Amino acid sequence: MKTRLVTDVPRLWGEVAAEVAAGRRFAGMFGTARPEGLLLSAHLAIPGGVAPLDTLLPAGAAGYPALTPRLGAAFWYEREIGDMFGVTPEGHPRPEPLVLPLPPGDARRPRPGQPGEPRVIEPDPRALPLHVIGPGLFTIPHGPVRSGVVESIEYLVETPGEEIPHLNMRVFYKHRGIEKRFEGMTPGDGVLLAERVEGPASVAHALAYCHALERIACLVVPWPAALVRALHAELERLACHLDVAVRLADAAGLAVATARFGWHKERVLRLVSQACGSRFGRGVVVPGGVSALPLTGPGELLAAIGRLDKAVSADIESLMGTASFLDRLRRTGPLSPERAREHGALGPVGKGSGFRDDARETRPYDAYSSLGLRPPATRGDGDALARLQVRVDEVAQSFRLLRQVTDELAEAPAGPLRDESGLRDGRAIGWAEAPQGEVLYDVRVAQGRIVRCRPRSASFHNLVLMHEVFAGDILTDFPFIEASFGLSIAGVAR
Amino acid sequence: MWALRGLRNGVLTTRWPARPDPYAAAGRGPATVLDERPADVDTEELERICPTGAIGLAGGAVRLDQGRCVQCGRCVTARPDVFGWAEGPAAAALAPGGLVVPEIAETPERLAALREGLRTRARALRRSVHLRHVDAGSDGTEEWEILALFNPVYDANRLGIFLTASPRHADILLATGAGARGMTEPLRRTYEGMPDPKIVIAVGTDAVSGGLVAPSYAVTGGVAATVPVDVFLPGSPPTPFSILHAILLGLGRIAPAEAARVNRKAR
Repeated sequence: MKTRLVTDVPRLWGEVAAEVAAGRRFAGMFGTARPEGLLLSAHLAIPGGVAPLDTLLPAGAAGYPALTPRLGAAFWYEREIGDMFGVTPEGHPRPEPLVLPLPPGDARRPRPGQPGEPRVIEPDPRALPLHVIGPGLFTIPHGPVRSGVVESIEYLVETPGEEIPHLNMRVFYKHRGIEKRFEGMTPGDGVLLAERVEGPASVAHALAYCHALERIACLVVPWPAALVRALHAELERLACHLDVAVRLADAAGLAVATARFGWHKERVLRLVSQACGSRFGRGVVVPGGVSALPLTGPGELLAAIGRLDKAVSADIESLMGTASFLDRLRRTGPLSPERAREHGALGPVGKGSGFRDDARETRPYDAYSSLGLRPPATRGDGDALARLQVRVDEVAQSFRLLRQVTDELAEAPAGPLRDESGLRDGRAIGWAEAPQGEVLYDVRVAQGRIVRCRPRSASFHNLVLMHEVFAGDILTDFPFIEASFGLSIAGVAR
Repeated sequence: MWALRGLRNGVLTTRWPARPDPYAAAGRGPATVLDERPADVDTEELERICPTGAIGLAGGAVRLDQGRCVQCGRCVTARPDVFGWAEGPAAAALAPGGLVVPEIAETPERLAALREGLRTRARALRRSVHLRHVDAGSDGTEEWEILALFNPVYDANRLGIFLTASPRHADILLATGAGARGMTEPLRRTYEGMPDPKIVIAVGTDAVSGGLVAPSYAVTGGVAATVPVDVFLPGSPPTPFSILHAILLGLGRIAPAEAARVNRKAR
């Protein structure tokens, strides 16, 4: 789809809100600093693709009318734009910093898209307000250094003692300035950085990034390479879903289940490392194809997948039959189908609430268009249990796909693994379905260098929904709800 | 029910480092230099190969700083005659200079002093140590690999190594990530909250040098800018075996040479 430039901001927001009301999914928004002003881009998921809608805010404008009052899903996106460019989304219900807290009016901003950058920007947490309102309420600050080996984020739990009426999240702690780092890199080096935006979803990020480059240059990924990509993408899905099982079992104190799923996850990572050298599938995906065929032969791969499937399925069956475990998940952290649809909730979070937009099905890429994906049954309960059931279904589906891909790979004719006809300048959007949900990359290349690259992880889009799922849940439900979302903070704070 | 399932597969736990482990020995480490003085060496070519600038020439010899290596394999693909993969878990060093290969000759005295200082501290910790982890801007994979140490395959508890939530109970600080500025203060305060003696390990190339993420307005380019690091472990991310090796190295329970010997035996 062609990029369209809508002339003024309110008109663009009107279009976006109307499209979402008509059933389209809002997939994100971001800004780009240009000499002539601030380019605001919104993404809408349409059948077969993702459409960008652009509008230009003239240089020197201190603010713009916010989209959030018309479309709640823009809530975090507009706060991030405020942090990055120092413009105020006027009418935003809470226009406070999100990823880079600075006092209002502070001119030091990263301004992605503008050549050069400030050498150092120290975040100033004092720019964040403290919110505690209501009689008898107090705040439990939980983070950024939390118990266990977890990524840095601060949850401010506001509670009268047991229930959690409100939750605030501070995600800025591990902001790394990734978007500015992309700028000036060659497209070939960019894939290495894309793999490190959100580590557990390295393959999906590399895929989405490369899809954008391939769309710009009209590259065709050779069939064996498309299969290798799907192989690693599904192995990554297995590892991430097993990780969620480990965390949920650990939260419930099921020591044996925690150990068993930890072992299975380790087996998946070892399978990946034996196939490509990296335990996270890094270095496999390159623009135009893949770097090499799996180091393990198809026969050996198939046998390993079969053994793993048998062991994982048996343990999943036991887990889903453990009443004391299921009781902790049932009706915990519910997300209503209406909210999931309105927000365009991605991945297992959306699917568990009956909203299903899987990029592998609706906007297929690489080998997925010919693998005959059968969508599993919809789960609509919206609670932590539904999100786990979605993952259980996806694990079974991944094993099916892995068998199919390995079989096809054994029969695929030998040939090049990469379209070498060269990368070009231009702008395109790439997507891939990560274990956490859809990953989007909006990439612009000029004179053989990246001038703007905006990764949008599913974690960023979904994490904001954590605000809304504590309906009568108490403090001890917190680890279950967090684990059931299964997100990576690296992909949120970037 | 679960108890029976737990017995089903017998003992899965590795015996490394007491016994060799094939997966430990085969684990991919950072890139290394195979041929220090290749015939047709071109400075510009060498510097262009590496996206993090880990490769350079010093006095006509090829030098690779593993502390900057993100294991992308560009150099191994471009010049398989000059570069290869280091194998096995012995990736960590007690000083950033110790990560430069081939080794720089001038450092043994300094290394001996570092090791002696570390030994004095580690002696007090005996054979029960508690780890505290702080994420200072990682990509999320290092957390997975540290957590893996406590799955039944690695089971670090068997070596007297435990996780603790409170810095007050911690002996070793595992710091990951490129040193996000938002985490500078929490990282420093966690370190200060730990009782002496304490050991700090920078886990991963990002924590050692910032890796691909540095330079950036938002990171310090490694955690050593904030806390005094004792053990530098490269890897993007490092494998669980190499993290275990780094912990044992910090505790003086495994010497770098000894670890290499264990690896050779396994192969």
